[in-house]
Amino acid sequence: MLSRTAENLYWLARYMERAETMARLLEVGYRMGLMPSAAEGYRNEWASLIAAAGAAQGFAAKFGEEARQRDVETWLFFDRENPSSVISCIERARHNGRSVRTALTTEMWDALNGAYLELPAIEREARSDALLPKLCDWTKRQGALLRGTTETSHLQNDGYDFLNLGYYLERGDNTARLLDVKYYVLLPTTDMVGGSVDTYQWTTLLRSLSAFRAFHWAYGGEYTPRKIAHFLILNPACPRSLLHCADQAAFHLDRLSRAYGRTTFAHDRVREIKAELAEADVEDVIGEGLHEFLTRFINRNAALGQDVADGYLFGPQ
Amino acid sequence: MWVQQRGRTIISFFNEMYDGDALRRAYVPVMDWVRRTPQDVIAQKKQEAEALFRRIGITFAVYGEGGDTERLIPFDLMPRVFTEREWRKLERGVKQRARALNAFLYDVYHRAEIVRAGVVPGDLVWRNEAFEAAVVGIDPPANVYSHIVGIDLVRTGPDEFFVLEDNCRTPSGVSYMLENREIMMRMLPELFRATRIAPVDDYPERLRRTLASVAPAKCAGEPVIVLLSPGAFNSAYYEHSFLADQMGIELVEGQDLFVQGEYVWMRTTEGPKRVDVIYRRIDDAFLDPLCFRPDSMLGVPGLMNVYRSGGVAIASAPGSGVADDKAVYTYVPEMIRFYLGEQPILKNVHTWKCADPDDRAHVLANLAELVVKEVHGSGGYGMLVGPASTAEQIAAYAERIKAAPEDFIAQPTLSLSTVPTFVDSGLAPRHVDLRPYCLVGREVHLCPGGLTRVALREGSLVVNSSQGGGVKDTWVLAD
Repeated sequence: MLSRTAENLYWLARYMERAETMARLLEVGYRMGLMPSAAEGYRNEWASLIAAAGAAQGFAAKFGEEARQRDVETWLFFDRENPSSVISCIERARHNGRSVRTALTTEMWDALNGAYLELPAIEREARSDALLPKLCDWTKRQGALLRGTTETSHLQNDGYDFLNLGYYLERGDNTARLLDVKYYVLLPTTDMVGGSVDTYQWTTLLRSLSAFRAFHWAYGGEYTPRKIAHFLILNPACPRSLLHCADQAAFHLDRLSRAYGRTTFAHDRVREIKAELAEADVEDVIGEGLHEFLTRFINRNAALGQDVADGYLFGPQ
Repeated sequence: MWVQQRGRTIISFFNEMYDGDALRRAYVPVMDWVRRTPQDVIAQKKQEAEALFRRIGITFAVYGEGGDTERLIPFDLMPRVFTEREWRKLERGVKQRARALNAFLYDVYHRAEIVRAGVVPGDLVWRNEAFEAAVVGIDPPANVYSHIVGIDLVRTGPDEFFVLEDNCRTPSGVSYMLENREIMMRMLPELFRATRIAPVDDYPERLRRTLASVAPAKCAGEPVIVLLSPGAFNSAYYEHSFLADQMGIELVEGQDLFVQGEYVWMRTTEGPKRVDVIYRRIDDAFLDPLCFRPDSMLGVPGLMNVYRSGGVAIASAPGSGVADDKAVYTYVPEMIRFYLGEQPILKNVHTWKCADPDDRAHVLANLAELVVKEVHGSGGYGMLVGPASTAEQIAAYAERIKAAPEDFIAQPTLSLSTVPTFVDSGLAPRHVDLRPYCLVGREVHLCPGGLTRVALREGSLVVNSSQGGGVKDTWVLAD
């Protein structure tokens, strides 16, 4: 397949997954904002969302230092100046799809284009407190539609592998960032750990990853940072865990190497990442420091993305 | 009609559906359906068709306007119908023209016999902007330059067709022909079952075979064909992706191709792959920055060298534009006589060249009756339809002609035929033209159908989609 086609498919999936993450982040913020008494002494949760989204600079430049809910909503969902806002992501995903129409099935294009065509109506809706959860649901539904049509209609060929590489690289990155918000950004003071605010934040994090019930199913009992870190980092059964994402990326890279009869640096890198995650236990992670561990993962994951690009000739040479 | 309302010349338009009060044979089946079907069902089908178009993403871009750059071309549910007998004559005429145009192109890039014979003035060829000195003396495979010829026609009588213009470079719109038919078959299956309508859906396969038939001699085995597009921002991008998909070939952009050694290659995830035939939808000027415009980012550096040495075929061949100029147009009947020794089957519209002092005087004296066009213009932009214009508009246009007469030609206002069209008040006659698509490879083939464009405003003669025109499905009924 054309290298450009592969690149477009890969980014199409990444943007769609990112749109979903932004919606999930907004959901976290919304639920945290519903806390009965936001105790003083820790930072405003909306500000931490912006930090987690990696968009603090752009936000501050446009809206100032104080993070108000409406502004954060605008920035993370509607604002075209923010390249990672939900609307920007959907438009970019659709543009990528449009450039490779022939590599998508009609059903996939319908899902992608359908989301795009609904954007103007969404932008016209009056802003209210009831709107945000609707927007988050809508975004997740669009992601699910594309994912579903991909599974049921796309040939399981190299294009399918590039789509999935995009999905899993982006998802691993996103899970790491969300976990990092909770652990590092939201709760900088240790005396709050274990309090009711703490518990509420953990459940919100799990809910936003659609993993609340799954967590109980797998672990039961109290929330502890160890259990949750294990669940979201090391548990291969959790579809958003870092290990699962690395596993899947390795799986699709292996399929590519079989189809093309050659391996790339990406293959070596993904094996390293996967091996470390598979062999680590939660004490290793905590011992290194969760934030340090996650930062290291995010960097290696980004390097893997670059390896994929280099290995399959993305972009003009 | 507007001509009568304004109290000027009364022109009687040929009505394709009615001969006086009698329904013409071609329209019997479809009118039968209209009479049997309740209004609200038709209205609903209209809506469904529009929703389908939007979902599929068939849009076009309008240049020079802000806001929504992707628009839908209005689609009319009422088809335009030809009988097989009518079509056969048209087919002979279009094929004849396509052969003559290709013979002309070969000639002007070789010995230019037609100029030596004094039939076509040399200035018109060699001082033409579309003439490419870079391809003089090159023999393209099968000596074909223009592989897809789109000929714009209007009908003025039962057996009278006039050619408005020829399109030898990259005529667009064929995806509408195919999608219009798809949608009609979904909307009106009972009509298709009961009536024998010539299918058009083999066009992409025919196009692929045409392109494969002109693969260069150096190509061994099954030729690799690609469609070269300027990219997703181009107004015809939908068509590019649609055709590539239907033909099962790669849709490439300039950045996907590169030249190495004697060949053109495309970058794939499995490494470089050789390309034998390029169906390009970008202009000559952008093909190769080393040969044409050095600032072009759309083309492939070195492409023309490979083309010259027979390593790749390009469709249409660079330089094809010299045959579809509005000034060269006037000589096409002569070309047919000169190269083919035949009488032209399709008529040309009489054309006054404003560069000629006598013609110019005539044009300026009769602007209210004429249609004036820019020689290098397209898309219906910048033209004057005299009978539909106010005195001020005409006066302003006259000044433009006087300022640069060589940029304008004028033609009589043709009485374009009308076809019934769904409007708010029901069915009403609207003016139409027709663009059939002729494929020229080692064989010549005309697809039985084409793109019918309709001027949706009452009385309007401008059918361009950028100027409020719509499209219709075009049927050829089997006898």
